[in-house]
This record gives sequence, structure tokens and C-alpha cells, in this order.
Amino acid sequence: MKKQKEFFKNIWTITSRDFRAYFTSPMAYIVIAGFLVIMGWMFFFNLSHFNLQNLQYQQFNMGKGVSITEGIIRPLYGNMNVIFLFLVPFITMRLFAEEKKIHTIELLMTSPLSLTQIILGKFFSSFLLVLIMLVLTLVYPIVLFVTGNPDLGPIASSYLGTLLLTSCYLAIGLVFSSMTENQIVAGALTFAAGLFFWLVSWATQAAGPVWSELLMYLSLISHYNNFSQGIISTSDVFYYLSFITIGLFLTHRVLDSYRWR
Amino acid sequence: MIEVSNLTKMYGPRTAIDDLSFQISKGEIVGFLGPNGAGKTTTMKILTGFMPATTGKAVLGGHDVFENPIEVKRNIGYLPETPPVYSEMSVHDYIKFSAKLHQVPSQSLSSSVDTAIQKTGLGDVKKRLIGNLSKGFKQRVGLAQALVHNPQILILDEPTIGLDPKQIIEIRELIKGLAGDHTVILSSHILPEVTATCQRIIVINKGKIVAEDTLDRLQTRLNKGLIYSLVVKNPVQSGVDAIRQIPGVSSVSPTGPKLVVEIKPGAKEIRHEIVSTAVAKDMGVLEFSSEKVSLEEIFLQLTTEEKPS
Repeated sequence: MKKQKEFFKNIWTITSRDFRAYFTSPMAYIVIAGFLVIMGWMFFFNLSHFNLQNLQYQQFNMGKGVSITEGIIRPLYGNMNVIFLFLVPFITMRLFAEEKKIHTIELLMTSPLSLTQIILGKFFSSFLLVLIMLVLTLVYPIVLFVTGNPDLGPIASSYLGTLLLTSCYLAIGLVFSSMTENQIVAGALTFAAGLFFWLVSWATQAAGPVWSELLMYLSLISHYNNFSQGIISTSDVFYYLSFITIGLFLTHRVLDSYRWR
Repeated sequence: MIEVSNLTKMYGPRTAIDDLSFQISKGEIVGFLGPNGAGKTTTMKILTGFMPATTGKAVLGGHDVFENPIEVKRNIGYLPETPPVYSEMSVHDYIKFSAKLHQVPSQSLSSSVDTAIQKTGLGDVKKRLIGNLSKGFKQRVGLAQALVHNPQILILDEPTIGLDPKQIIEIRELIKGLAGDHTVILSSHILPEVTATCQRIIVINKGKIVAEDTLDRLQTRLNKGLIYSLVVKNPVQSGVDAIRQIPGVSSVSPTGPKLVVEIKPGAKEIRHEIVSTAVAKDMGVLEFSSEKVSLEEIFLQLTTEEKPS
């Protein structure tokens, strides 16, 4: 029990320093501000488009109209995932690359912390930042609940899906940050890899039946679809958690091999 | 305290350190001396568990570095070549972070931090950001980081580099004060550094130990014999001959008013005879001094010996 407590305390030592470091540089403010401006604009656009659409439905007596889930929630959180694809490289690029550049990696690696604790500490610091960004967007569902009557289910599952999907981007970012001491390189590779895992499903049409299923399974975004409809399936959650675990494991391997060179 | 046996590290085909073995007992201050690229930093990185050795064994404080790295790291304070500091943190926060990293219990956390700050003379700058400090202060912050958890073993890679002369003296005093309670290894390519602080010296060149002894013993071991220099008013030939006759003197070479008197190794004390002979011959003695072989010369001798001529 004491050992477990110490294990998490060590992780927290890393997490708290790195999390604070986000806010001592302008990066966190730029990322959060940029995120909120774009999301706010998108929410406004979605909302006005939704109103216009429903007004037209009413005018021409075309039936029930578009639900809030279909008209606002799905496009809003779908877009949020794309924005995270662009923003995550800025969040993760410094995590290990900077430590290598300024040699503080030597401080971490010669401290009585295991590599696993260091990596988890770093991961959770970026996870915490993403979590805060998501909490700040809670204002949109609040507006919807005040003015309308949306389903809670799809909103909650969209948040869970977004958090899991973004965590996969974070894991990718951690791998590339551990590979280089150049933050720009780490960021660019993270974006490229994130985009690849996002778009890999596009190739399914060209591929054969077996390959298309495999590619579909590999695609980060195809596992998000269920979440956006209010369905939390264990296979999707398992996929995302495995993706994150593999990312963190690769980071461990990269940093360990760096010691052997 | 520290036992290193047959340590070898290869970087690809290049051998950085080659079959290194040495022992350091508790409370000693030992200096690693060697030219740039001799393998000092590599040895230290292996001892701290930062990188593994290709072959060989290192035991620090009873724990094997390769089998039980976490236990070893708990007992070590390490100051790398470049002080591992975060420029956006304040001195106090950084040292506190380092104390937490080394699992200083929370009830003694603030006192440990204060002690480290006070020992390294950082009291005036503890609220400032490390990025705004001079190189010398950054070095001291790095040292405070190594000291904060009161480790049994301190491994300092070029601890006084970049400091001004006054700070160098302060840091040397600080390191000397650590002897007894702590075991200290420090590396340097600056020779007076090692002379001033270390009890024992390990000279490394091209990854191999070329000498390992106390400073005095190194000096006598390498001396071909003592050398005295005698400055006189009138260096008459009869006087020079008379000195040459003294048993124990191997040669006398006069250059102007200065006579360089070389003594055979192992000869007994004959300074008195030399001076009294010079006085008896009415040479008019102005100066008499012994010329010690400096560490620089020992160093050069040791590190150039194996070069093919």
C-alpha cells in the first residue's frame, strides 16, 4: 500500500512540474485561447445553422426537423477532434525534446524514479491540460440545456470519446518527443502520424475486403463514430486504451534505447 | 563505498572507457583527472545509472548499479557537465522539485531545501528565475540540486567550471567540508582544481587509468629526483665543482647566476651541505629554493608516455 502510494506520488511530482511549466511559457495560453476562439466560432455557426434549418422545416411543414444531437452535438464534437489533431503537437512536442535539449533529462534519469513513472507523469501533465480545455467547453452544452432540451447521453459519450481520441494523439506526441531533441521535428511528426491514423480509413475503398476491415479498425476516427451517437462500446474503449498503452510503451523503449547508445 | 571492476563502455566501435577498476572508501574525496575526451564523464554517467556499461560491474553503497539502479540513485547526488536546470523555474522551486524527485520526506522537505540553498550561498537569488542567473549561479543551483537530499555519494562533473575565482574557492571549501560524511568523486581537466580539493587522484587517459595515488606519492613516484635551484652573486667554477663533489648530487648545471642542482633519487637531506659549500666558496648566495614537479608535469608525463614517438 505504501509502495503504491509512493508510486503515484512520484508520478505526481513529474506531472505537477510539467503542468505548471505549460503555464510559465506562453504555449498553454496560446493553445487554450486558440482552441476556445475556434470552438466558440464553430458553436455559434452550428447553432445558427441549426436554427435556420429548423425554421425552414417548420415553414414548409417537413416534419420533426433536425435533433440537437444531429444538428449541433455531432458536428461540434467531430470538429473538436480535428482541432485537437492540430493542437496536440504543440502540447506534447516539448515534453521530452526540451528535457533532452537542456540536459534536464539527466536529472530525471538519475533520480530514483523509474522510466515508467517519468513517462506516465509526462503523459498525465498533457492529459490534464486537455482535460481543462474540455472542461472549458462545457459552456456549450450548458447553453443548450438552458435554451433547449438536448439528450445528455450523446454529449457525455462525445466527451469520453474526444478525451480518449485526444489521449491517443498525446501518446503519439510523446513517442516523437522522446525521439528527438528538436521540438519542431517532434511536433511535425506528431501531426503527420496523427493525420495518418485519422485518414487511414480513406484507403478502405481501394483495399481488398480483408485489408479494408483492418484499415478501418486501425483508423482512430472510425472508433469515434459510436461515441458521437451516444454509444459507448467496450471494443472502442479497448482500442483507444490499447493505442495509448502502445504509444507509452514505445516511448519507454525509445528512451531506454537512447541510454544504450 | 564505491567499487568498480573491469568497467568497459563502447560507443559503437569506439571504446570510451577500457577495463576500468578502482575502489573508493567512505568519506574520501577522489579526483578524476584527464584531458578532454578521456572518459571521465562516461564513467560518471555509468556510476549514476544514466547509461549502462558494455561490460563490467559497479557497486555503490552496497547496491549494484545495473541490478538495483533505483536504490543506487537514492544514495547519489549528481551534478552533470551541464547543470540540469529549468530556466523558467525559480531557484527555490527548482530545488524543491529536485528534493521531491529524490523522495525527501515531506516533513523535512522545506528544511532540506533551505539547507541546500544556504550551503551553496543562493539565499539572495532564491526567488529569481534560473534563466536570468549567471553561469556561476546556475552551476551553484546544480550543486544545490545534488546536495539537497543529503546523499551518501556525490558525483560532480567539473563542479567549478564557469565560476569566478572567489566562487571557486567557496565551492572548494564546500566540497572539502563534505568529506567524512559524504564520499565525493569529482572530475576535472584543470589540475589545480584537483590538487586543492582531492585526497586521492585517479588519472585517466584514453579510457584507461594511468595512475592512481595520493598527490604526494604521485609527485615522488614520478620524480627522477629532487631539483634545487641556487642563485648566486658570482658563480665561480671552483664553487660549482665543489657542489658537484657533494655526495648525493647527480649534476649541477650553471646558467648565468643560477645553478640547477639535481639530486639523486633517494638521497638523504643535503640542502645544508649545498648552501654551506656555496658560502664557503664565497659565491654570495642570494636565493635557494626547491623546484617541485608540478601536477601539470606529472599529468603531461603520464598522458604522453604511451604515445608512439
